[in-house]
Amino acid sequence: MDNRIKSLSMEHITKRFPGVLASDDISINVGEGEVLALVGENGAGKTTLMNILMGLYQPDEGRILINGQSVKFRGPEDAFRAGLGMVHQTYMLVPNMTVTENVALGYRNTGKKRFDMKAVRQHIEEISGKYGLSVNPDAYIWQLSVGEQQKVELVKTLCLGARFLILDEPTSALTPQEVDELITLLHKMTDELSIIFISHKLQEVKALSNKVTILRHGKVVFSGNTNDYSSQEIAAKMTGHEIILPKNAGRREKGRCVLSVENAIVMSDRRIPALNGLSLDVREGEIVGLAGVSGNGQRELAEAINGLRRVESGRIVFFGKEISNLSPREIIDEGMGYIPEERNTEGIVPPFSIKENFILKDVSSSTFSSKGFVNGGRIDSAAERLVKRFDIRCPGIETAAGSLSGGNIQKVILAREIERKPKFLVAVYPTRGLDMGAVEFIHSELLKIRESGIGILLISEELDEIMNLSDRIAVIYKGVIQKILDKNEATRERLGILMAGVKEE
Amino acid sequence: MTKSFRIAFKVSIIAVAAIAAILIASIILWMIGADVSDTFYVIIFEPLTNMLHISEVLIRAIPLCIIALGISVAYRSGIINIGAEGQMAMGLLAFTGVALAFPDVPRPLLLPLAMIAAMIGGGIWGFIPGILKAKLNVSELLSTVMLNYIAAQFYSLCLRTIYLDPAEQVYGTGTPQSMRLTENVWLGRITGRLHYGIIIAIVLAVLIFILMWKTTMGYKMRASGSGARAARYGGISVGFYLALSMAISGAFAGLAGGVELAGVHRRAIEGITNNYGFSGVVVALFGGLHPFGIIPASFLFGLLIYGSTLAPTMVGVPANIVQVMQGIIIIVIVTAQMVLSNAYFQDRVWRRYQALRKKEV
Repeated sequence: MDNRIKSLSMEHITKRFPGVLASDDISINVGEGEVLALVGENGAGKTTLMNILMGLYQPDEGRILINGQSVKFRGPEDAFRAGLGMVHQTYMLVPNMTVTENVALGYRNTGKKRFDMKAVRQHIEEISGKYGLSVNPDAYIWQLSVGEQQKVELVKTLCLGARFLILDEPTSALTPQEVDELITLLHKMTDELSIIFISHKLQEVKALSNKVTILRHGKVVFSGNTNDYSSQEIAAKMTGHEIILPKNAGRREKGRCVLSVENAIVMSDRRIPALNGLSLDVREGEIVGLAGVSGNGQRELAEAINGLRRVESGRIVFFGKEISNLSPREIIDEGMGYIPEERNTEGIVPPFSIKENFILKDVSSSTFSSKGFVNGGRIDSAAERLVKRFDIRCPGIETAAGSLSGGNIQKVILAREIERKPKFLVAVYPTRGLDMGAVEFIHSELLKIRESGIGILLISEELDEIMNLSDRIAVIYKGVIQKILDKNEATRERLGILMAGVKEE
Repeated sequence: MTKSFRIAFKVSIIAVAAIAAILIASIILWMIGADVSDTFYVIIFEPLTNMLHISEVLIRAIPLCIIALGISVAYRSGIINIGAEGQMAMGLLAFTGVALAFPDVPRPLLLPLAMIAAMIGGGIWGFIPGILKAKLNVSELLSTVMLNYIAAQFYSLCLRTIYLDPAEQVYGTGTPQSMRLTENVWLGRITGRLHYGIIIAIVLAVLIFILMWKTTMGYKMRASGSGARAARYGGISVGFYLALSMAISGAFAGLAGGVELAGVHRRAIEGITNNYGFSGVVVALFGGLHPFGIIPASFLFGLLIYGSTLAPTMVGVPANIVQVMQGIIIIVIVTAQMVLSNAYFQDRVWRRYQALRKKEV
């Protein structure tokens, strides 16, 4: 049987969710060896469309054709069997299983009768060696950072022998070098297979795809050959207007040092040192960007600063006071603001309403309560004001925060942290997975905070973000600061090399 | 979606559920050769026909309500308390102990004192699994169930030893029970055996509503339960509120025991807990973990429990068959609730319905 996928098309796909038309008569077509970029803002319906293709959702109308034949996927197993493999944006991994076990789960889905872990392990090593995706087959998923988990997802899909790849924002957690590698790799792979990939990043769209389809509000607004259009043209078509990301243009005289981490040693969840005597200073009114591939200690650093992880040795000094190993509450009360990495589970209490999430850190403050009773009126009026000021798109302040889109959740978190008037802000991956409009908003807010004289530690993998916003850029590698550059000295190439662990002479 | 459609949708789901429950239960009754319609009448309507029956339903609803309120607090704080049975037993012991030790203290002092003792007894029994979970991450399912056994045996031991009625020893009958408690710890009765515990239950429901939704403590408990990671990030000491919620939950179960003793039995005997601790979990969930849902839910379950005691004498159906029917009714009700809260399903039905209507036009 010839199991190549010569063409795949989705015709007139319509999918409704309660109150939302997620896909509105969408048609796409991918031929053999082609790469289709699916582009659009958050909530435009890209992921929904791909989930329909993978059989996770059933379309209300329309059909899917493979090699000209209509197919029906009742679930992802059917899609796997047909040779489709998807790497999801939110990773579909079981947290308390190892990498090997997670890959093995996929094997079962392909219908193989039996598998032994050794063979699976070998296959993983083979695949990860072949594509240069280093993963530890014995690590538990919960121990891995988001970036590492993404690699596992890629390895898993490749291990399953997918002949048609669907990638939902595959590069969001990789270094520029890794992105380049991945693009080269994917290019090579188009000899054997076709790819649909979802992205916000127009450089990648340009570099990788033959065809581009732009979705907005569940509709196809544009479809064409990538080479015929410039990035600017595609960007404009995506958002409906032009977007220029703000830059940190300011020059400030050097302020006093407000946060200083001295020789910190902090353990990861695996009980191995994630920070190996890391030292870093941040002054008031400056943004220090911490660049690095995720999994090099960024999460642990942010958690240690905020009292969520034990500092084994070393000191963290905040406005002259040692704060290492204080409780999160005490550190909050010292004036620390924190935008956490996991916005959906850590930054908000998902079932709580927007207004309840605004007071997460301040429910006991005199503003929102007296004598142990909450002051509903004040909470409501503050919430109304913040929703307006931060342009949070929601049906109302009673809406469950967990039901909002990623960008709006991030705005809720940002609003809460800014409203608290912190003396310092730790922002971890503040724009990961957000569309250009939301990125623009969050960047300009961060710059405003900086203007008001507050220091920011910005942890990010987005080199553009770091280079646009930072006054100084520190590169973290394996738990230590590799080098600190002034923003004028930093180039993408130089940062990329440092992030990869190469020491500069 | 129109409002009338929404109502029609709900009504039809409930109707389908009711018919399904009745059908399944009827088949079982028919198989054992019972009179189907009479049995239904006895377990569902008979208890509502006169004041005596209604008051009996209510006295079963009272402990259910108080226990379920406590369980809802723990559940919302992220810990599942299935140890109410044991916590109630510890409450009974503490209450009896105070009543036996100070029989001459006047009622205005002794009754509250005994109630507080019952709350402390149950509270400690709830606090233990709470603190174990908070500090050592011990599964509460394990610890609460095990503590149930310990409490039940300890209760049984006390009834046979230190609490044993001296009269039993004199006559040598040896029924494991305490002497009749002093009148100074009795709750007054309104009608029949219905006692003022009903007021306590309703007041507690209001208090729990205020605690959970109007105080900062309630906010922090709910935050710990709905998103422990986010709560910790927000500076809430999740472990503390976990243990606190279990202490409150246990205290409520203990108090339910005290109220039951003071209002109904007035002496410690075996079987007072009557599985209320377990039924309380169902009542709490069925009441939507909300005080104002728990009140009607506890009435409904009081009705089912009382109905099952009537069936053997009135229509000759064994009580355990009635319990089987209760199980079926509960499963059907819970399923119907899930269907009703499924917005996707409702939306699909709505579209089908519209498509049908278009065709007709």
